[in-house]
Amino acid sequence: MTHNSRELLKLDGLSVEYRIRGGYLSAVKNVSMDIGRGEIFAIVGESGCGKSTIAHSIMRLLPDKNERISGGIYFEGENLGAYSDNQMTAVRGKRIGMIFQNPLDSLNPVYRSGTQVAEAIFLDKKDRAIVWKEVIDLYREMKMPDPDQRVRSFPHELSGGMRQRVMIAMMLARNPKLLIADEPTTALDVTVEAQILEIMSRLRADFNTSILLITHNFGIVAEIADRVAVMYAGELAEQGSVFDIFQSPSHPYTELLMKALPHQSKRAGRLQTIEGSVPRITSTSPGCRFYNRCPIASGHCENHDPPVRRLGDSHSYACHNR
Amino acid sequence: MMGAEDMGVCETGTGPMIEVSGLKKYFSLYGGFWGAVRKVRAVDGVSLAIDRGGTVGLVGESGSGKTTLARTILKLTKPTEGAIRIDGVDITKATAAQETKMRSEVAVVFQDPASNLNPRQTVESSIIRPMIIHGVKKSDARAKAREVMSMIKMDEHYLRSYPHQLSGGQLQRIAIARALVLAPKVIILDEPTSALDISVQAQVLNMLLDLQESMGLTYMIITHDLNVIRYFSDTVAVMYLGKLVEYGLTEDVVGNPRHPYTRGLMGASPILDPTHRGRVKDLMPGEPGSLINLPKGCRFFPRCDKASARCESLEPHDVAVGPSHTVGCFLYDGKKAGDKG
Repeated sequence: MTHNSRELLKLDGLSVEYRIRGGYLSAVKNVSMDIGRGEIFAIVGESGCGKSTIAHSIMRLLPDKNERISGGIYFEGENLGAYSDNQMTAVRGKRIGMIFQNPLDSLNPVYRSGTQVAEAIFLDKKDRAIVWKEVIDLYREMKMPDPDQRVRSFPHELSGGMRQRVMIAMMLARNPKLLIADEPTTALDVTVEAQILEIMSRLRADFNTSILLITHNFGIVAEIADRVAVMYAGELAEQGSVFDIFQSPSHPYTELLMKALPHQSKRAGRLQTIEGSVPRITSTSPGCRFYNRCPIASGHCENHDPPVRRLGDSHSYACHNR
Repeated sequence: MMGAEDMGVCETGTGPMIEVSGLKKYFSLYGGFWGAVRKVRAVDGVSLAIDRGGTVGLVGESGSGKTTLARTILKLTKPTEGAIRIDGVDITKATAAQETKMRSEVAVVFQDPASNLNPRQTVESSIIRPMIIHGVKKSDARAKAREVMSMIKMDEHYLRSYPHQLSGGQLQRIAIARALVLAPKVIILDEPTSALDISVQAQVLNMLLDLQESMGLTYMIITHDLNVIRYFSDTVAVMYLGKLVEYGLTEDVVGNPRHPYTRGLMGASPILDPTHRGRVKDLMPGEPGSLINLPKGCRFFPRCDKASARCESLEPHDVAVGPSHTVGCFLYDGKKAGDKG
């Protein structure tokens, strides 16, 4: 495996299958992508497209023994798949941090929020007095109002936006190279969402942290992502720079999605819809997964996996008929 | 409750469909110091009118009173003060018969369809239930259920399904079907597409627009997605901590927001076009304050970067900044003495 020093995380043909009654469900199939240092990379797609599964397999957080993972996950050139569980524990938090949609699920209700952030710093074996000061500094950096008081607040005393700030502070305390943010602002008001997005872009600017953003919100993608991967039913439909995806979508699915977004007023016409629904896909199903909903599908698409076509440096899509 | 003399009954068919004037809804909080009762002023003096066949979009952060306003219009809670006229009838003073009629005329669709349909009942019994309550014969109700299924473009066989067998988009369409069965004049849509994927959101929004055209429905839509508001509604009402801070045509409020809060809200809202990134945004600091300890003057004062001294002590009133565009802010007050907005 050649390692390019610019790239931080590389997925090489990642497939994840979940065991179901009488077989395996293919949640992610043959996904390859790479995330550069200091890059904000977004994975977008509708529910069930496998975007969270990718995030969880990078962190090795999937429930044991009920899934089959193949393909490579390389972080700073090292194959995470070859790591032991203990080695993985050292990676989580220290080298790759992760924040989730609902911070209340990740915070312990009976400890003060600051204590929980301090716990992360203690992992790096620092002195108690320094740690507490560091926590307050982190809160300040997160633009938390009254940081000196807020470190003493319990999670239930904080608003949703403040809780997400605590999570980012906790993650940042160990200064990981990659932050995986799984729907970080879905539960927040747009005004607070904008503040959190600003913090995330500043993280990248100040610490060169790479961010893998998992979201279904194309607005957020348009605002902060550098590159985008569009997933459909476990497959990578298209990836490219944010401008490629929004201005010249090449996969029929991406193209339809862009027209389904409410860009303007209803007077400009009805929105594009995508008829049909996502098929249930077992590991043995061949062919393009968008076949049953695709306006340009031909007979060939049903039984043959689509080829990946390249359009320049980082823009590629998987389709037979384009 | 009765008071038959001044029911405010005017002929139906003219005037706005919904007219809310000076509406207040306070909740009491008990158990303060020495059992003191504190008031939560969830909706505090809201007035607005929605034209027949029109769509008003209600926006604001959580806790701004959007849902309370909607619930009061649905008469799910009693207002503390003020009047709500639906098709000319003041529902706060309605007789029992008028209230029954009003309940068939105003329908609602909530955010999470899965939690609003009984998991142990088939789709059909959920759909026909409102009709049974309103005294429709069961056979007629069943026929009507099949009719509304075709209106929402779903096959009749789904009537025999249970909610867990359906997807989120299908459930939301069923919820809309149920709202339609009593042939309402008004539908209140409380975050109708927030739980849905983009392609399904497009289906539901298109369907709602088609239904509005064919049935002449009046909509009130509550959502935090400004892209949906811009697409879907004719007028926009912006709420902040129980007050209407700006109200006007969508293109005016979204295209040329005047209230500092609306500007902050519009600035924070992501735009679906990467070429607009890096635009100058009027981002607001902080989060909406508490409804319990409201500031004495303008409620937006603590977060406002354009605030002056009088904002701290005086409450602004509505100022017209254009034809049918009002803003509750001193910035546009001018020097017109005695102008009561």
